[in-house]
Amino acid sequence: MKLTPEEQDMLDGKHGKAVRKSMEILTTLGEIFDAECMVDVCSVQIAGVSYANLGEAGLEFLSEMAEDGKVKVLTTLNPAGMDRENWQALGINEEFAKNQIRVIDAFAKMGIITTCSCTPYFIGNVPHFGQHVGWAESSAVCYANSVIGARTNREGGPSALASALTGKTPKYGYHLDENRHSQVLAKVNTQVKGTDGFGVLGKAIGDRLIKLGKNVPFITGIPYATIEELKSFCASIATYGGTALFHMEGITPEFDRYPKPTGNVFEINQEDLEKARFELVDDGLEVDFVSIGCPHASINEIEKIASLLKGKKVKKEFWITTARPIKRIADEAGYSKIIEDAGAKFAADTCCVVAPIKGHFKGMMVDSAKACYYGRATNKFKVKIGTIEECVKEATK
Amino acid sequence: MKLKGRKIYKGITEGEAIVTEDGISFYGGVDPDTGKVVEAGHELEGQSITGKILVFPTGKGSTVGSYTLYRMKKNNTAPAAIVNKQIDTIIAVGCIISEIPCVDKIDVNLIKTGQRIVVNGSEGTVEVK
Repeated sequence: MKLTPEEQDMLDGKHGKAVRKSMEILTTLGEIFDAECMVDVCSVQIAGVSYANLGEAGLEFLSEMAEDGKVKVLTTLNPAGMDRENWQALGINEEFAKNQIRVIDAFAKMGIITTCSCTPYFIGNVPHFGQHVGWAESSAVCYANSVIGARTNREGGPSALASALTGKTPKYGYHLDENRHSQVLAKVNTQVKGTDGFGVLGKAIGDRLIKLGKNVPFITGIPYATIEELKSFCASIATYGGTALFHMEGITPEFDRYPKPTGNVFEINQEDLEKARFELVDDGLEVDFVSIGCPHASINEIEKIASLLKGKKVKKEFWITTARPIKRIADEAGYSKIIEDAGAKFAADTCCVVAPIKGHFKGMMVDSAKACYYGRATNKFKVKIGTIEECVKEATK
Repeated sequence: MKLKGRKIYKGITEGEAIVTEDGISFYGGVDPDTGKVVEAGHELEGQSITGKILVFPTGKGSTVGSYTLYRMKKNNTAPAAIVNKQIDTIIAVGCIISEIPCVDKIDVNLIKTGQRIVVNGSEGTVEVK
């Protein structure tokens, strides 16, 4: 791999210990994936923030990096294990809270913006078309590549941090034109609507991609999609298909940049969506927890929840998970008061996937196919997917 | 017998090989406190990898696995070195941050559990004694 003199200095330790370790990570990845050189990144999104996942060792690694590491580019964080202001109301214990704050402090010491959200693109960390970035968080990676047309591989926590501290990433994979071509055509022959509907579609297509061993689909038959629907779709297709990039005819910016795939075609019909939806509802489910905001809720979604909850009282634990800056907008717009008066809770900085809530609930209803997957895998909940309206109805029943 | 592979992380170490044909997920698949493989149905389930040279085809599972390896290093439960057929990013990053010698592009079928082997992560070689 060819390094510039500056990059070589970084690797030789002339820019400090954290930069040396970072360059070791990046050059090794570059060698593994046959990158010819590094490319400058303008933005980083870091995953691996919840203390539940990091543990004491992960925290120790971050603290070591924070001794002399400082970010070179705008860097934001994935959700943490708790709401930093409201953790007690969400049933998080004090020991965990203390450790979670130590993690966030270590990131802050490196100059990272500690917004703790999986939707950096809603809160000012947003590249434009064609820019190279180093993002972790599979749903945001898929959104950056597909919806924005920026370029990133699926980074892990340490490699994203390495990019933040050097401003570099090895140039391979989705940074190169040749790997952004679609490999298979997915024809959607039925109407798809709502965040839940697009989540179901993401699972239906993702499951097929895994079976076919393909990564980049070209999707036709979707005439219109909202930002929230695309956000849900990205999270779902990344979860079930491992997808980091898709093209959607008439919707995503690169759809006509590369030749359409020929030969490899599959269709998604009404019965495929029904089957996928059926698989996102568990037998014997009794809902005692409702959560909306996977990925983190937009201000549009919060407004919708507020209008549905107005004048009602929730009878079950109901979380709205979102980025703190979006929560602030909701506060100013008066939506938060309506939601909290109804007895629902905001869980900013965190989400139902990374909060340590295993054992707190039995059955979870969500509008997100991704949340179904991790609710089952991580928290052993029984799950059910539904529209936002159905979620609110369940919570107030 | 000296096998030539590719260097992933530097360092030379000699030890006893523990070999599996299964992939390894450090996050959830290995207990960082005991150093034992805990994945149900895994060929090495119940066995300790601490201080041994762990030989397996490739890594799998969550990217958090890199931190698990680091945690094992700090707990003194980590393997002494890692040899893979094909490295993946989780194992590579885990070895770099934990400073565990690592080599890949090795035909792992040529190594048997219990053999003494020398891993040279700086040259990218594995010597079976």
